[in-house]
Amino acid sequence: MTSEPQPSTSASSAHPLVSLKKVNKHYGPLHVLKDIDLEVARGEVVVVIGPSGSGKSTLCRAINRLETIDDGEIKVDGKVLPAEGKALARLRADVGMVFQSFNLFAHKSILENVTLGPVKVKGMKGGEAKELAMSLLKRVGVANQADKLPAQLSGGQQQRVAIARALAMKPKVMLFDEPTSALDPEMINEVLDAMVALAKEGMTMIVVTHEMGFARKAADRVVFMADGQIVEQATPEEFFTNPKSERAKDFLGKILAH
Amino acid sequence: MDNFLTLFETYNVPAAFWVNIQLTFWAAVWSLVLGTLLALMRISPIPSLQWLGAAYVNIFRNTPLTIIIAFGVLGLFGQLQVSLTDDFNLNFFRLAILGLTIYHAAFVCEAIRSGVNTVPLGQAEAARAIGLSFLPAARLIILPQAFRGAIAPLGNVLIALIKNSTVAAAGSVAAEASSLMKTMIEFRGDLVIPIFFTFAIGFVILVIPVGLLTTWASRRLAVAR
Repeated sequence: MTSEPQPSTSASSAHPLVSLKKVNKHYGPLHVLKDIDLEVARGEVVVVIGPSGSGKSTLCRAINRLETIDDGEIKVDGKVLPAEGKALARLRADVGMVFQSFNLFAHKSILENVTLGPVKVKGMKGGEAKELAMSLLKRVGVANQADKLPAQLSGGQQQRVAIARALAMKPKVMLFDEPTSALDPEMINEVLDAMVALAKEGMTMIVVTHEMGFARKAADRVVFMADGQIVEQATPEEFFTNPKSERAKDFLGKILAH
Repeated sequence: MDNFLTLFETYNVPAAFWVNIQLTFWAAVWSLVLGTLLALMRISPIPSLQWLGAAYVNIFRNTPLTIIIAFGVLGLFGQLQVSLTDDFNLNFFRLAILGLTIYHAAFVCEAIRSGVNTVPLGQAEAARAIGLSFLPAARLIILPQAFRGAIAPLGNVLIALIKNSTVAAAGSVAAEASSLMKTMIEFRGDLVIPIFFTFAIGFVILVIPVGLLTTWASRRLAVAR
């Protein structure tokens, strides 16, 4: 597959690919997202880090409206997120998502997991979809597992299939919601390698993760969240060597101590 | 004993059970269709449909089957002249199927919903994330897994349906098993206990394979996670 950094016909690079303006969300009395402003440019890799409960997963899931927001505005490629229905489904087809728990379709083979979207959502022909799927599975290194069911694969393999499934929709942006948090340690790198490769190819990525190595290696920008707010953002180099806020210093001190 | 065996020459017991099997078959098919639609309504994102599905289930699950079946004959046919065919006896048969369907669809709906609960939320989220809207996501991802998780409870509904098919007697389906049993007891009161046992055992024989089959199938078809 020739993977170009998806030039969009509908929009120039004048506006950010993903933009959030004054986004707020509550879970009951809990204010999980507080006035979030964030812009992600085409081709940019943004890593969101922060302590548990800081709202980073919620932020990630709000971008394709798996979480609704109370107020504010989220735009993807210049278009405000539709509320429901066909328009929302169409937008989601352009936003790839990789979950912490993989969420491969348990009753479908690996190959069917990847072809389902292109065939059922985009109306691609079966043969063409299979070809696309096999090339993507090869790219993430699980082509030899194509006929198995998800439960027969290791966690790392499942997550790489999940990445292939999302890529099969030729998304404009990929969201990763703690993609390695449910993995055994020895499987983390195989998933991170696939993600690093993707970042190098110019994919726009928003990655919620605890993997500081990935952030250093692949991120253009690190966004640090705590208590529902974006506390600071900087290049990985700057953030890890010279964090400005006390909150970030404290967080980094705790995770980098060992 | 000879006395007892002559019963089977006078009365066609297998034919009566065949009527119950037919009632069960058609009511099972239609209540599966209706029950699936109701389950879809109940899990849909549209509040008015959710409400309608819930209202249906709560009304018909809580109404005695005898009343529903009797309403078919006395209300629909007797009063409102609703006829599903010109054939007098076939009409009662079909009205009984309608009554059985309406009643058991509520239970099928709830069995399928229990199956939906075996499907992790992440499956629906992943389906939505690749751009499937509610109906395709339900059809391609949620229901296929839900049915496989609902085999055991659906089997229970089928077992209840087999036995409940005798309530068709209240709907003037005179050829079914319990009606024949009543006739036999009327004419051969001396054999009342063997007659009871005959029909009881007949139903046990019908029901046991269903239980075995659904237990086997629910293990065999369980979705590996």
